[in-house]
Amino acid sequence: MISGGLDFGVTMGAFSIETSRFLQAVVEGIALAGIYTLIAIGFVIIYKSTQVLSFAQPALLIMGAYMASYVSITLGFGFWVGIAVAVVLSGAVGYLTERAVLRPMVGKPVFAVAILTIGLDIAIRVVVGDLIGVSSRAIGTPTSEGFGAPSLPWGSTPVRIGDAGGLGGVVIQPRVFAIVFTAVVAVGLLLIFFNRSRWGLAMRGSSFDQEVALAQGVNVGRVASLAWIIGGSLAGVAGVLAATSFTGLSQSSFLIALKALPVVVVGGLDSIGGAIAGALIIGFSESFTSSYQSQYFPWLGDNFSQVVPYLVMVIVLIFRPYGISGTKDVERI
Amino acid sequence: MSHLSRFTSYKHDSAILPTTTQRVWFGILILTGALLPLYLVSLIDGRSWLILFATAFVAAIGAIGLNIITGFAGQVSLGQAFFIGVGAYTATALGSPAVLGPDGAVELIGFDLGMVIWLPAAGLVAALAGVIIAPIAFRLEGLYLALVTLGLVFVGAHVFRNWTALTGGVGKGREAAELSVLGYRFDLDSQILGFSITREQQIYWVMLVILIVMAVLAKNLVRSKDGRAFAAIRDRGVAAELMGVNQTKYKTLAFAISSFYAGITGALLFTVTGFIEPTSFNLLLSIAYIAMVVIGGLASIAGSIMGALFIILLPKLIDLLFLGDVIDAVIGWIPGLGSQTGDAPLTSAQIERILFGVLIVVFLIVEPLGLNGIWIRIRNYWKAFPFSY
Repeated sequence: MISGGLDFGVTMGAFSIETSRFLQAVVEGIALAGIYTLIAIGFVIIYKSTQVLSFAQPALLIMGAYMASYVSITLGFGFWVGIAVAVVLSGAVGYLTERAVLRPMVGKPVFAVAILTIGLDIAIRVVVGDLIGVSSRAIGTPTSEGFGAPSLPWGSTPVRIGDAGGLGGVVIQPRVFAIVFTAVVAVGLLLIFFNRSRWGLAMRGSSFDQEVALAQGVNVGRVASLAWIIGGSLAGVAGVLAATSFTGLSQSSFLIALKALPVVVVGGLDSIGGAIAGALIIGFSESFTSSYQSQYFPWLGDNFSQVVPYLVMVIVLIFRPYGISGTKDVERI
Repeated sequence: MSHLSRFTSYKHDSAILPTTTQRVWFGILILTGALLPLYLVSLIDGRSWLILFATAFVAAIGAIGLNIITGFAGQVSLGQAFFIGVGAYTATALGSPAVLGPDGAVELIGFDLGMVIWLPAAGLVAALAGVIIAPIAFRLEGLYLALVTLGLVFVGAHVFRNWTALTGGVGKGREAAELSVLGYRFDLDSQILGFSITREQQIYWVMLVILIVMAVLAKNLVRSKDGRAFAAIRDRGVAAELMGVNQTKYKTLAFAISSFYAGITGALLFTVTGFIEPTSFNLLLSIAYIAMVVIGGLASIAGSIMGALFIILLPKLIDLLFLGDVIDAVIGWIPGLGSQTGDAPLTSAQIERILFGVLIVVFLIVEPLGLNGIWIRIRNYWKAFPFSY
């Protein structure tokens, strides 16, 4: 993960190779967890407001990332315009999805709605995949103004801590800071929104009981639209952040949104706090597997870390079926 | 329903083919299906048509399986690809000979047994896998089966890629089991009573016969006590439980049966092409089966067969109806897409996938009963013709 660029040369005592490796896994885990948090909160908000498990998040994510790349690199408007367009557009597609496709399905069986989002996902994903093409795309960086995309993502001036003559040391890419910052800000804004604003109250009310909310004058339809706008925008932001990695944006970038489904299950389908906890658990299991598995369990095969989220989900479902902080279902006939 | 008065007993009402008309139609359909190869073989691209139909019959078995868990029992499963993979590798491991490396070590597992063993075994092993996974997915109500099976597809794909002794590994793959019963090869041209029969015709007939058997069994299942229990769980789980339907038991049963059908599909699917590539069993394959079930019609056996025929024949349909050009015209204005802008136009495989998605959405909103529902409406219209109301 060591790239060219400035070495800040922060001397905080040299780390041994093993310590560096451990801390590096922690850093990668935090980066993954930040992205997972953003996607997972989208799932949770949509699920809480409309009782729909959206399998369309991967499509929204990859579409947002593609739009950012297209606007920032191909059209040359720069990173900030790109990310703004990504957020607005994926939110807009989320809104259109809800209005055009999901509104007619209100009251239909849950499994039919879930299948519908799967259909939507594959249709959008194939189109965006073709737009991306076979080679991966860059997403631009805040430091590049307009045209002239830098060859390395995100400016690449990593912070290095505890380097001992190039042997050890932890490298923290600027993208990690950006991911953590975005995740914290997004969660903070959402919490303020849910707890302080009228619309937040309406959303909490209608997720608690739709009919009672309706009777109190809440426009439940608009709440559903708003949930999809938030869910779509969060997926778009997550897509942009995921694409800032060295691999850039490729046709298979959508897989990260599918790995966020185990995050939601681990955290509990209906809790934002749970989603964050789930994201940390899945993020760390994935990053630690990816740095240690090839040494200790090589027989598990290459890229085993990619299936770890699903295995963690299965373990959690066996021992804590409602997730870490999901509420138990109580059903009436 | 207008034919209520025609049924005089419950047994009659729940019969597989209750009326003479239906029996006659069923007979005509089977006869047409059986005689079609005699015509198809005379076409220039007859071989490819025969192979496509045979593939569609095999896919229909898997679609029926998925419909049992999703359409009848109301549990979304994304795991069909995994169970097809389990069936395929069980069949090929049992049915093909072991391959030894240059140093005499076993490179590919194989037992060289007959089709009478590997075909049912493929179904049973897949069903067993289903029974093992079911308790995790069915601890909770809701969409947990979809989530668990989603994970299953990725974990399965990882195992298939890495277990090279079984699958041959990515890019290498291995040969599928041999389609033969008691030494008679279905996958070779042959002579029966002086008539020459091509390999493709034989494969077609074998697959047709297996499909008919599996379809009748499924039809029989869904009209039985178990089938009614599935429907009760789908319509209202808690209410079903209160009426004495053990949810976990029946969901597990439905999932096991569904996996059995997928296993049979997996075992047969690759005998047509003769080769299995370990990367075939991905999420896309599962979605193709979901498309079959939704387009054909949820909770309908006949619909599953129609859906499978539709999806497998879709590439031919795209060619015949110039759907590629239509889609190109519709989304060609997006910069970077479509041949008008001079960028990479969509390949036919991509158009197929887009259609999977769009058709799933359109059918669920406009015609939730699928092709089967359209057929029923046409039938009822002509039944009462000219009084269409």
